[in-house]
Amino acid sequence: MNNIKKAINILIAGFGGQGILFTGKLLAEMGLIEGKEVTWMPSYGPAMRGGTCNCSVCVSDTPIGSPVVLKPDLLIVMNTPSYDKFISDIKPGGMALVDSSLVNSETKVPDGVVRFDIPAAKLAVENELQGMANIIMLGKLLKETKSSTLEVAEKALKKIITQSKEHLIALNMKAIRIGYNY
Amino acid sequence: MEKVLMKGNEALAEAAIRAGCKCFFGYPITPQNEIGAYLAKRMPKTGGVFLQAESEIGAINMVYGCAGSGVRCMTSSSSPGISLKTEGISYIAGADLPCVIVNVQRGGPGLGSIQPSQADYWQSTRAIGHGDIRVPVLAPSSVQEMVDMTKKAFSIAEEYLTPVMILADGVLGQMMEPVSFDNFEESDARVSEPPWAASGHGFSRPHNIINSLYLEPIELENVIKERFERYEKIKEKETGAVYEKDAEIVVVAYGSTARVVRSAVDMARENGINAGGFRPLTLFPFPEKQLRDACKNARKVLVVEMSMGQMVDDVKLALECKLPVEFFGRTGGFVPNPEEIFNKITEIKEGL
Repeated sequence: MNNIKKAINILIAGFGGQGILFTGKLLAEMGLIEGKEVTWMPSYGPAMRGGTCNCSVCVSDTPIGSPVVLKPDLLIVMNTPSYDKFISDIKPGGMALVDSSLVNSETKVPDGVVRFDIPAAKLAVENELQGMANIIMLGKLLKETKSSTLEVAEKALKKIITQSKEHLIALNMKAIRIGYNY
Repeated sequence: MEKVLMKGNEALAEAAIRAGCKCFFGYPITPQNEIGAYLAKRMPKTGGVFLQAESEIGAINMVYGCAGSGVRCMTSSSSPGISLKTEGISYIAGADLPCVIVNVQRGGPGLGSIQPSQADYWQSTRAIGHGDIRVPVLAPSSVQEMVDMTKKAFSIAEEYLTPVMILADGVLGQMMEPVSFDNFEESDARVSEPPWAASGHGFSRPHNIINSLYLEPIELENVIKERFERYEKIKEKETGAVYEKDAEIVVVAYGSTARVVRSAVDMARENGINAGGFRPLTLFPFPEKQLRDACKNARKVLVVEMSMGQMVDDVKLALECKLPVEFFGRTGGFVPNPEEIFNKITEIKEGL
């Protein structure tokens, strides 16, 4: 996607505990590695405690204005309430990446928006990668947008995962590949 | 050095350590908690002190005592907590002590909201404590500026012997951006004891007394006049703004709102409107000369804030009624979006 657009605004939404903020941080870190301008902005407050949670990430070739994404080019969504809330905000020409094992909604994507489904939470359980549905989603994102590479993702993981949890890097890469090859 | 991705709050806290801050006193409040959390971890490792006080009032009075003993120190809070600190800030200013106070603004009045806001502009620039005082106020607009202005805040505080406020907001505190600490040198963290410090000396010199009480009016008047001479020097040397010249419509905003305005002004320019941005780096002193320079060819000025309109007063004062000034704001915890500001600019253009 970086070949087509100078800036991409991403909104990642789901429940607290699904790794929504971590996914955003990983995407921002990948942008930083690629020499882009990046911002990451969480929703903060009581919503974090078991409620819905979302996070804005902007990746751009030029300095970024508002870090709050209201009209995303790309929505990554991991629960039904967030799907219903944000699906109509996607810009024309944009993309929705939906965890189809968690989202169950009648609401259609707006005209001009492409939807990709992946049962990420189910795949995570099947592959003994509990809690890594978010990373499987990220793998699918890399596949469908070509916005970055698996190598950059691995570099970013190495930067943001602390040494004491180093064993998680390989598991995260496994999750990314499952999403990428789905 | 390589840039790292950090939250504004954490970056500010790291900058304070690198600027030689030795003591931090605070009390938790959203959305600035990462400052305290970061310093609780890092301060003891750098030989400093992190102390969570019993309240904001306790924290600011610890800053008063700490600054009085000549130790570089800081406190941070968010809007309701800053209200509690104002008594202490007035005493610190009245005793001519350097320190840094951070306000990561949230919605008010009262407990208000925990979402971003800029509704403490008047409080910061007009009434940050009782008495004849001003406090320099720095307004960062990016995570990098949270870092750079923390260094600047300590240097202004010590050069002019005054508390200095960093006026951020929930967006700047919570967002992550790549940041570099290249601006710091190891010598920044070295602090020598100032000659006025009330510290232990084993009767080797006369006592230093730190006080804000003057029973003789003539004494107090002289002290205040001298202090205001320092404010004049701060105005001369420390006032800052970034802006574009020759715009027909000048859009003024500070802090995170200035980022949104940047996007809106760019949209306006793409649509053939000669708009330009003006962003104060200091709110006191307000960059009056710079604003007049930016407005030389302007026909109208728009001020955008996350409040019902507070800085707009300073814009009008600086322009001395020579130009019409309009206001657009969101309050209650809303961050304005670029489209609504762009629409306002378009509306102004059509009315010219």
